[in-house]
Amino acid sequence: MKILKNAVAGTLESSDLFIQIEPDEKELTLEIDSVVANQYMDSIRAAVLDTLKEFDVSTGKIFIKDKGALDCVIRARMETALKRGGVETL
Amino acid sequence: MRRTMLFLPGNTPNMLINGDTLGADTIIFDLEDAVSPDEKDAARILVRNALKYQSFPNCEVVVRINPTDTEFWKKDLKAIIPLKPDVIMPTKVNGAEMVSQVADYITEVEKEAGVEAGCVKILPLIETALGVEKAFDIASADKRVIGLFLGGEDFTADMHCKRTKEGKEIFYARTRLVCAARACGIEAYDTPFTDVEDMEGLEKDTEFAKSLGFAGKAVISPRHVDIVNAVFSPTESEIEYAHDVMDAIEEGKRQGKGVISLRGKMIDAPIVKRACQVLEMEEAIYGGACR
Amino acid sequence: MSKLIGSVKEAIEKTGLKDGMTISFHHHMRNGDYVLNMVLDAAARMGIRELTVNASSIFDIHEPIIEHIKNGVVTGLECNYMGAKVGKAISKGILAKPVIFRSHGGRAGDMENGSSKIDIAFLAAPCADDMGNCSGKYGPSACGSLGYAFSDALHADKVVVLTDNLVPYPLKDTSIHEGYVDYVVQVEQIGDPARIVSGTTKITRDPVGLRIAGLAAQVVKHSGYLKDGFSFQTGAGGASLAVAKYVEEMMEKEHIKGSFCMGGITGYMVDMANKGYFDTILDVQCFDLKAIESIRENPKHQEISAMRYASGAAKSAAVDSLDVVILGATQVDVNFNVNVHTDSNGYIMGGSGGHCDTAAGAKLAIIVAPLIRARLPLIVDEVLCKSTPGETVDVVVTQRGIAVNPKQKELKERLTKAGLPVKDIEELKQIAEDIAGVPKRVEMGERVVANVLYRDGTLLDTIKNVL
Repeated sequence: MKILKNAVAGTLESSDLFIQIEPDEKELTLEIDSVVANQYMDSIRAAVLDTLKEFDVSTGKIFIKDKGALDCVIRARMETALKRGGVETL
Repeated sequence: MRRTMLFLPGNTPNMLINGDTLGADTIIFDLEDAVSPDEKDAARILVRNALKYQSFPNCEVVVRINPTDTEFWKKDLKAIIPLKPDVIMPTKVNGAEMVSQVADYITEVEKEAGVEAGCVKILPLIETALGVEKAFDIASADKRVIGLFLGGEDFTADMHCKRTKEGKEIFYARTRLVCAARACGIEAYDTPFTDVEDMEGLEKDTEFAKSLGFAGKAVISPRHVDIVNAVFSPTESEIEYAHDVMDAIEEGKRQGKGVISLRGKMIDAPIVKRACQVLEMEEAIYGGACR
Repeated sequence: MSKLIGSVKEAIEKTGLKDGMTISFHHHMRNGDYVLNMVLDAAARMGIRELTVNASSIFDIHEPIIEHIKNGVVTGLECNYMGAKVGKAISKGILAKPVIFRSHGGRAGDMENGSSKIDIAFLAAPCADDMGNCSGKYGPSACGSLGYAFSDALHADKVVVLTDNLVPYPLKDTSIHEGYVDYVVQVEQIGDPARIVSGTTKITRDPVGLRIAGLAAQVVKHSGYLKDGFSFQTGAGGASLAVAKYVEEMMEKEHIKGSFCMGGITGYMVDMANKGYFDTILDVQCFDLKAIESIRENPKHQEISAMRYASGAAKSAAVDSLDVVILGATQVDVNFNVNVHTDSNGYIMGGSGGHCDTAAGAKLAIIVAPLIRARLPLIVDEVLCKSTPGETVDVVVTQRGIAVNPKQKELKERLTKAGLPVKDIEELKQIAEDIAGVPKRVEMGERVVANVLYRDGTLLDTIKNVL
């Protein structure tokens, strides 16, 4: 599966996150900026990568601004962004 | 026990996560009015994940879905039903057919998802003139239906009248709904009080709803929860009396009496039934710690 | 005779400020204070270096002090509270010597017993006469109580009063009197009125904050202290104020008449006193215009010094007569120790203020805080900074449950019996981690950037640099 077009999901409110995705044929770029980076970066990254895997997406540009979202919120926003970006449901 | 049913916007993570701590007996994750059309997808996925990954041990969870004349309602059910929310709230319910339509689709999704059939209940939101007139049909349309829920704002719009604080314009709808619900042995729940700042008005409106026979009331502000809970909770003297009734019955049984009286009044079946309800609520509210 | 001199520069010359001395400031101008920056700028221009600044609090408006630290004008810093802007710089290690943090009571006590020596105190005064009688109650920069400034006036070698509202001698309603004052300087403005006090302080609208406040009020109710003669302190933060509102409702319902309320005073506490719920207001600092008006007009509204408020070195202080105090926290650990000095990443962004003083003095110290803030659990194994010792903290109230210090067996029983959601603190920690995940431990640097002194002057904890 591929990201076909630019898309966004989420907000910059506390406990939420804002995701921007862009198509990229060649590689995966993942930029995460989080207010809880020190405590939860591993877990945020894992939730993002896991969702990508779930949708079989291996390339694309993904930019995230996290305001302390729980994993279930991160997964929800990722799924929303991917679907909006043209990734089909498996 | 559904004294309070608190609406929470379906696309706001902070409210979804903390919603069960706000004191409401029931929380309603709203996919309908609280979510703009271009965020319906996001809210649906977010609520689904909240149900999937979070537990809400302190309250019942209802999901309000989009109306059946929109493209969203089936997607809502398809995403939400596999996570087994306690109740689904369909909106603008006009008649028995609409309930059946929703119930059938729920059954279909339950089957697909391998969820136990019939475990998700339905609480129809009645907010049109036609819906009010068909209240009994709606209440008896499906065994999933656990109550009727009045939406006063849309109803008055449909009636071409102004929604006021006094609420005379919804008096008929209120009594009709309670009567239809009771006729089917289910509960009726009242429309929210929409002035977030007016606590006195809220208390009055809630007391009036209780006096008509409503079992609870929707709230749109967490700050309304305590007042509505208090109105629909049994008072200390009611609890005291209920215990006395039960004690008197025990005592009567022990002494082999046929007719039991308390404070000079005969205890008949309705009094016992009422006492049992009060004690059930006491247990639910205080965990029996009150006495 | 007149003590009036022409400028801050002249005051510095006349008081003999020299390299290496300690100068002090009070923080009643809060985030609107111009005086601290004004004095440091003048000292810097005059080439004075290696000053130690003892300010009861440092706010974001004092950001220019960072430059003075970098340039060697300021080489020592002592305070009871430090806002995030200067705090971040300190945590990054810009100051070679560790900051000394005290509590409000500790600062007063240490000045009293001589362990904290002040060479020159610069007192911002919203009104003063030319002999140095001054008060915070009048003038365009009115701040109400001057509570924290009394120790400085009493114990500094030299005292300079700075005012933007010079009145004819004698000032009618004096707080700090001329006997302590060496010089008076008239300046254009001692602060920005809009930032000295809030117009009105408002109760939180955050539903979770209100929930926590409601539970805290229930704790107060069932603690047994809510009866005639009740004394109470709560902060000006939205959630703490909400506790006051709920407590007021209970006092009204049960016809309870309290004795005094104390602390930083808001219009809310003033209203409670005016309605007869409290006899007396003991005010060390005013937070809003209504509190200032009240301290000016109402004889029951008393200005008190930091010494009287909270000193651990005094024979007694008002905190010792306090029944209940409501306090906040950024972190609480499983031993009930509280951190109010740093954020969860270890950056300095606060300080004790009266936190540990009131916790130690009050019969019941209640911490109110959300169990999770932007994913970060409140309860940790070990706080990054021990601001208030767990022995003095009785109850932690969150939206998902109430933890009672195990040494308060009877209280725990009472609250449980009342049907409140009492849980072990470890259980609360577990609930938070089940929701948010287990946070990774934050690794701090090796260098000590601040020493946190307890109210008796002993070392309570150290704060390390942030990497």
